[in-house]
Amino acid sequence: MQNEQTVISPKSLPLTIRDLTVAYHRKPVIWDIDLTIPEGKLVSIVGPNGAGKTTLIKACLDLIPRSSGEVSIYGQPYKQARQRVGYVPQRESVDWDFPVSALDVVAMGTYGQLGWFRRVSKRSKALSMQALERVGLADYAHRQISQLSGGQQQRTFLARALVQDADIYFMDEPFAAVDAATERAIVEMLKEIQERGKTVLVVHHDLATVPQYFDWTVLLNMRVVAAGPTDEVFNQQNLRRTYGGKLTLLTQAANEVERSR
Amino acid sequence: MPDFADIWYVLFLRDYNTRLVVICTILLGCACGLMGGFLLLRKRSLMGDMLSHATLPGVGLAFMLAVSLGGNGKSLPILLMGAAFSGVLGCWAVLCIRNHTRIKDDAAMGIVLSVFFGAGVAVLGLIQTMPEGSAAGLESFIYGKTASMVASDFQILVIVTISVLICSLLLFKEFRLLCFDEAFAAALGWPVKFLDVLLLALVTAVTVAGLQAVGLILIIAFLITPAAAARFWTNQLDRMLLLSALIGGASGWLGASLSAFFPRLPAGALIVLVAAVCFVISMLIGTERGVLVRYLHQVQLKGRIGRQHLLRALYEILEGGRSQGELALRPVPFRQIRGRRTWSDAHLRDYIRRAYHEGLVEAPTKDDSIQLTVAGLAEAAHLTRNHRLWELYLIEYADVATSRVDRDADMVEHVLGEKMVAQLESKLQTYRSAGSLVPESPHPIIPGD
Amino acid sequence: MTWYAIDTWIVVVGALAATASALLGNFLVLRKMSMMGDAISHAVLPGLAIAFLVTEARASLTMFIGAAIVGVLTAVFTQWISRFGKVDEGASMGIVFTSLFALGLLLIVQAADHVDLDPGCVLYGAIELTPLDVVWRPKLFGFDLEVPRAALVLGGVTLLNLTFIIGFFKELRITSFDAELATTMGIHSNWMHYLLMTLVAVTSVAAFEAVGSIIVIAMLIVPAATAHLLTDRLWVMLLLSAVFAVASALLGHLSALVVPSWFGFADTSTSGMMAVAAGLLFLLTMLGAPRYGVLAKYFRKAESVGV
Repeated sequence: MQNEQTVISPKSLPLTIRDLTVAYHRKPVIWDIDLTIPEGKLVSIVGPNGAGKTTLIKACLDLIPRSSGEVSIYGQPYKQARQRVGYVPQRESVDWDFPVSALDVVAMGTYGQLGWFRRVSKRSKALSMQALERVGLADYAHRQISQLSGGQQQRTFLARALVQDADIYFMDEPFAAVDAATERAIVEMLKEIQERGKTVLVVHHDLATVPQYFDWTVLLNMRVVAAGPTDEVFNQQNLRRTYGGKLTLLTQAANEVERSR
Repeated sequence: MPDFADIWYVLFLRDYNTRLVVICTILLGCACGLMGGFLLLRKRSLMGDMLSHATLPGVGLAFMLAVSLGGNGKSLPILLMGAAFSGVLGCWAVLCIRNHTRIKDDAAMGIVLSVFFGAGVAVLGLIQTMPEGSAAGLESFIYGKTASMVASDFQILVIVTISVLICSLLLFKEFRLLCFDEAFAAALGWPVKFLDVLLLALVTAVTVAGLQAVGLILIIAFLITPAAAARFWTNQLDRMLLLSALIGGASGWLGASLSAFFPRLPAGALIVLVAAVCFVISMLIGTERGVLVRYLHQVQLKGRIGRQHLLRALYEILEGGRSQGELALRPVPFRQIRGRRTWSDAHLRDYIRRAYHEGLVEAPTKDDSIQLTVAGLAEAAHLTRNHRLWELYLIEYADVATSRVDRDADMVEHVLGEKMVAQLESKLQTYRSAGSLVPESPHPIIPGD
Repeated sequence: MTWYAIDTWIVVVGALAATASALLGNFLVLRKMSMMGDAISHAVLPGLAIAFLVTEARASLTMFIGAAIVGVLTAVFTQWISRFGKVDEGASMGIVFTSLFALGLLLIVQAADHVDLDPGCVLYGAIELTPLDVVWRPKLFGFDLEVPRAALVLGGVTLLNLTFIIGFFKELRITSFDAELATTMGIHSNWMHYLLMTLVAVTSVAAFEAVGSIIVIAMLIVPAATAHLLTDRLWVMLLLSAVFAVASALLGHLSALVVPSWFGFADTSTSGMMAVAAGLLFLLTMLGAPRYGVLAKYFRKAESVGV
């Protein structure tokens, strides 16, 4: 199949999705997804509950089977581009009672490059420590992870992604259940990552902050409603097409858009 | 080898010797199947595993106590009381560990299981050294020796299983609620904790009753296998529980009858293997969640998605961005279709071949063009309409839509109802007369190559 | 009570079996698959029986291989049933191991004509008899040692498990903590799962003959859970679990000799008492652990209310 690929997915494009359909049981969950993300963007993926945001990310990372379509990362299928991808799963997906310290969790980010049998080196330990410093958790490095607050746990996950030193990041709701200060800190970090030319895709819930945080937006509701620069696609019409017309939060969001312009 | 008449004779309980055993195992199978159904739905299947292991020290201690008080150590009621006592203690210990420490459910059950069983082994070790020990026959509790049971034992078994059956039938509604939605049940004011304990108590009762008939290890199978087998056939709770009890009873009946012909083979093992066969068959051909059915669904789904994509692609190419007027049938170059999707040549040709067999497209021409038949055009129009209605529905009712969208439903009307569809249709018309296809195709139209 | 050289060997054999199991057990507990040890150690029965039927003798190596294969099959079947049949993992485990156990019982009845085989020995073992089977008599530090075969076999298994855990430490850690992330990095958690299960099977087979599977079941779970209550470091947890395993073996044998005499009995099964000793250690830790213990939590609560 590979040699017949007619799709143009240039090596400079971090993510190209063509014709992606994912179906559970007998219903398609997301369908006809065509998406191209340019390099160096901070991308929000927004949509109502059950719109398939997590499914989209997991399908990109080969974590769930696709019914049709293809995903390429920097022009390559996921298997070959693995080293260039960083992933931040939802916070609830792991057991926080697990006997590891924050530093251990961050060091896991280097495992992918290490390969079998090799142990975590002093250098990667130092890298992990630096990452923790960058998210402001250096003092908590040796704490067991269940003793961190929700926001600190989230920042530990982000530090782990930093250590992965990827070119494209997939983050599943990094802002879920964090306080305002943490949220600002996380946004700062994301912008910093972006400044280094990396691409970040973030599943996001809070419409009000979309224009403020992200310069590229994907509106998703089982299929892509709109995708593009935030100030072009994040408007009342597209939001109504994504969320339906009855949400008061839409007007709020729209006001926010107005203000940010 | 027994001949047909013999088999008939035993299966239909004409044989006095086996009648009692078979009736008992059928009752036990029904009770275990029913209780196991509740356990499975509460994701507590291994509770039976823990429970049955935890009964061993109780059996041993009851024996020792009875002997030291000068009674008959082998009296079944006493042994069963001991078993029930340590079973309940085990349940309590599991709940304690789980609620008061960071140890998870599975480890809590494992700890109680192994420590209680170890204690049981140690107690049995003591009994071995007692002068009465050799006569104890407590081993039958581990492996099950139906043949060693006497009439009074059967009476106890029958009484216990029947009362468990009656109890669970009386409380059927409450247990169903508990399994379905515990929080909801609590909100309605049901004593959820009490019901939970009651359910565990009933499970303990059947486990203890079945210990001697099928043995400590194999009663676990009786609690898990029929329920899991039943789950493949239905998505309805009542039916599942009924079926689970039936499968349990049938396994007991067949297994016990089989052991009548092969008296050397342990009845418990035969019963479990019959249940396992039921499970394997159910897992393969179960009509609701069976492997085969789900696999076929998967293949069909892929084929259906491919067919839809092909027809819709053809229709949209014919439409060519116009929103008005009748579409004319004309051949479409193969490459233009391929440009719209990520199909490989082989896949596309496969979809085309299938569409051809359905009479939806004409035979491909020499220059690799495909043309819809009249029927094909109608089907393609139907599919495209459905697709657009769904997208419109998603737009108009986005807040409630995602859980209802069933794009593969043959008729949108079946899911959304006539009225809603009529409403959507008229909206579609207004958009169309305004000159735009609704919704705007989310795919940038790639004009082939 | 009198202590003989034999008693020392019983404790050594028990401690080796316990340590080998406890090391693997840490990961079973952390992966929430504690009951897998119970399942595998019951399910190896048909493997043993088939090996008996084929070789018509209690040849150790064939038994070992037969049982190890069935043990791994248990893990494979369990995963198949829960993945393809969408059955709850616990339930599919229960179905697989009870069916295999039942099959084993039938086969053993068949085999009983040829060889003397008692399913009881699988469960309780005969640890009291292991020191009699001496295979090696080295002279160390002026002592004449009589090393029983079980000690050699179990020592080998302990080393194997230790090597596995040290070699795959980081893979085991990441697949147990965050299997999804591991998969995106190309570390397949399924591979680690099957490797772990193979070793659990090997360990329980190696242990069953000498010490009975009850020790394996108990030691796979209890010491690891005990250690989990005391520490937040994975390697400390591994170390502590080994210490608890050895302590349970020693305490178990001691109490098997001593406790029954309080009630006027001679002695009792060492395997059973080792499990009970492990349970007692767990109980003490559960109550008294400095951070996660019940008492500590109770006092902290009382204190915070008082303040």
